[in-house]
Amino acid sequence: MTVLPGSIDAVEALLEGQGYVGSRALATVVFLGLKLGKPLFLEGEAGVGKTEIAKVLAAGLGRKLIRLQCHEGLDAAAAVSEWNFAAQMIAIRAGEAAGRAGVFSEEFLIERPLLAAMRPQPGGAPVLLIDELDRADEPFEAFLLEALSDFQVTIPELGTIKAPEPPIVILTSNRTREVHDALKRRCLYHWVDYPAFDRELAILKSRVPEASAALTREVVAFVQALRGADLFKRPGVAETIDWAKCLLALDVIALSPEVIADTLGAILKYQDDIQKLNGLEATKILNEVKKALA
Amino acid sequence: MSGALPETGRLSENIAHFARALRRAGLPVGPGRVADAIRAVAAVGFTEREDFYWTLHAVFVSRPEQRMIFHQCFRLYWRDPQFLEHMMSFMLPSLKGVQEDRRAEAAEKRAAQALLGDSRPEPPPLPPGLEEDAPQIEMDATATQSAEERLKTLDFEQMSVEEIAEAKRMIARLSLPVQPLTSRRMKPAGQGQRIDPRATIRAALRQGGEVMELRLQRRRIRWPNLVVICDISGSMSQYSRMVLHFLHAVMHQRGSGWARVHGFTFGTRLTNITRHLRARDVDAALAQAGAEAQDWSGGTRIGASLAAFNRDWSRRVLGQGAVVLLITDGLDRDDAGMLSKEIERLHLSCRRLIWLNPLLRWEGFAPKAAGIRAMLPHVDSFRAGHSVASLAALGQVISSPGDGGEKARLMRLMVDNTA
Repeated sequence: MTVLPGSIDAVEALLEGQGYVGSRALATVVFLGLKLGKPLFLEGEAGVGKTEIAKVLAAGLGRKLIRLQCHEGLDAAAAVSEWNFAAQMIAIRAGEAAGRAGVFSEEFLIERPLLAAMRPQPGGAPVLLIDELDRADEPFEAFLLEALSDFQVTIPELGTIKAPEPPIVILTSNRTREVHDALKRRCLYHWVDYPAFDRELAILKSRVPEASAALTREVVAFVQALRGADLFKRPGVAETIDWAKCLLALDVIALSPEVIADTLGAILKYQDDIQKLNGLEATKILNEVKKALA
Repeated sequence: MSGALPETGRLSENIAHFARALRRAGLPVGPGRVADAIRAVAAVGFTEREDFYWTLHAVFVSRPEQRMIFHQCFRLYWRDPQFLEHMMSFMLPSLKGVQEDRRAEAAEKRAAQALLGDSRPEPPPLPPGLEEDAPQIEMDATATQSAEERLKTLDFEQMSVEEIAEAKRMIARLSLPVQPLTSRRMKPAGQGQRIDPRATIRAALRQGGEVMELRLQRRRIRWPNLVVICDISGSMSQYSRMVLHFLHAVMHQRGSGWARVHGFTFGTRLTNITRHLRARDVDAALAQAGAEAQDWSGGTRIGASLAAFNRDWSRRVLGQGAVVLLITDGLDRDDAGMLSKEIERLHLSCRRLIWLNPLLRWEGFAPKAAGIRAMLPHVDSFRAGHSVASLAALGQVISSPGDGGEKARLMRLMVDNTA
């Protein structure tokens, strides 16, 4: 069982060891979450690395990652546990199960992510990632309150199942809806923002190491300039990494207007944005970027 | 996470005072969070200023809008020396060469009020050598208002009892053409379409395991959200009050109403007035809304305002299948190209787009204005009014049957005109 990191610097070292370059603020929040045993609530635009931090944390601490993807209409049956009705019916028919205790027992229970997170795991408490919580509706949030405050779930027929060691919980949200304050109160909140030039450069160096230093600088500078433009959806860090990999696959040495026109779909996903950027606008931004880097 | 609070003496007191300042500045900080903050600081240690900042930030901030207020409060409270210098320079403007005009940053007003309270500190005595009749400067960190727009706050008259009663009656008769949505949640129902296995087996246990009856379930329905975007420019000025009154009534409707109601106004720029309309009292709500939006009776820029809405708000309020009600007369100053693009995007992002045009007479009306021609193809339903001066008439107009309203007829007229 890995020991939890003992300081913010240790958390930073752990994240960097896994190839995740985060801000000092994020490392502070992660350290506090691990030390105080509180869940983390990460909010931000799409593609800034909220889901990634959970994977990186699980890998770095050597814990199992249990992922619950939220969608509208997610309820207890899909999140906590479900009964294996077919097996129950057969057991009743075959006369093996006698009465209530028989048919509602652990052997007929199908575990879903929330319950699985409460079970003891070899190697320590698992990392529970509740992804895109804003897509679930409010009744589910109310249901989560019990799980997140006391780290226990209640199954009506069985009873309460409490986690022997509280799992490391990370919730993410894209802010398509305001999550209720009662839930946020139980968590440590952090807004994950787009990184600055230096940090994004470090991220790209660690994720796409085969790209040349000059190309990396140009790519990062161009995306940073794009984020200042009036676009419907600003490109995130995931888009920068994708674009660098595309350019690498095309054996591009340096950016040029033709290359940008060909690969714009890797960074911009809305037709209006692509049309706005096509041709003169992209060339103008590219020239400014090259002038600034020179 | 319970446990005894670590005794850190003066630091805990200071953190509690800081939390009180944050509360006065508007952040919802309860005693539970103060305890969490003390534990967090004890866990991290009090060595680096930056770490201390982010530790308190992680505990006290829960929305991105609160970050700026927290930042200003932190600087004022934990004594950033440079900041105090700037505040001092406000008090001695007549010294030559001291002053660069420092614009007050966002949220400073709230932070300053929260920490300094209502008492204004005495300005220090003037150094010898300056004139005695130098003006007395009060220290006031009010953020300057933007001078480039024509500011005009609207003063609403008090609503009379008759008007309130009329509004309630109008709302009771109102029916916006929209269907409730089926959600993915189930509830037990006698004539449902799906079998509820859990309930069936639990019922079977009463008969010793024999399944005598099948319990059924059906999908729940839920109501969609409503987003109202209302034009408050000069051409709509006599209807602004009535429309906002209508919006307030819709928001506080009891019974099978909307899940969430958001309100926006636009003239030359877009303003979110949802928070103000939540006040129960109509007068208070409209007074706050009137003070917040600052482009009353100005020009109309529908395209630019819709562009701002699409960029900043559409992803936050149109998420769960919302219905958008656009209340405008369609007379725009901007070019029609941007307007048609933006309204097309709005149409694609929401479940249903209803256009309410309270000014036009519909007998013999043919859409000729460029703005109206640009908008009409992209709305789902169009309602025009006679010369509407009362809420009752407006309600009647909206409740008239026909799903698309006047849209089909007007589209035909438009095509005939261009042919």
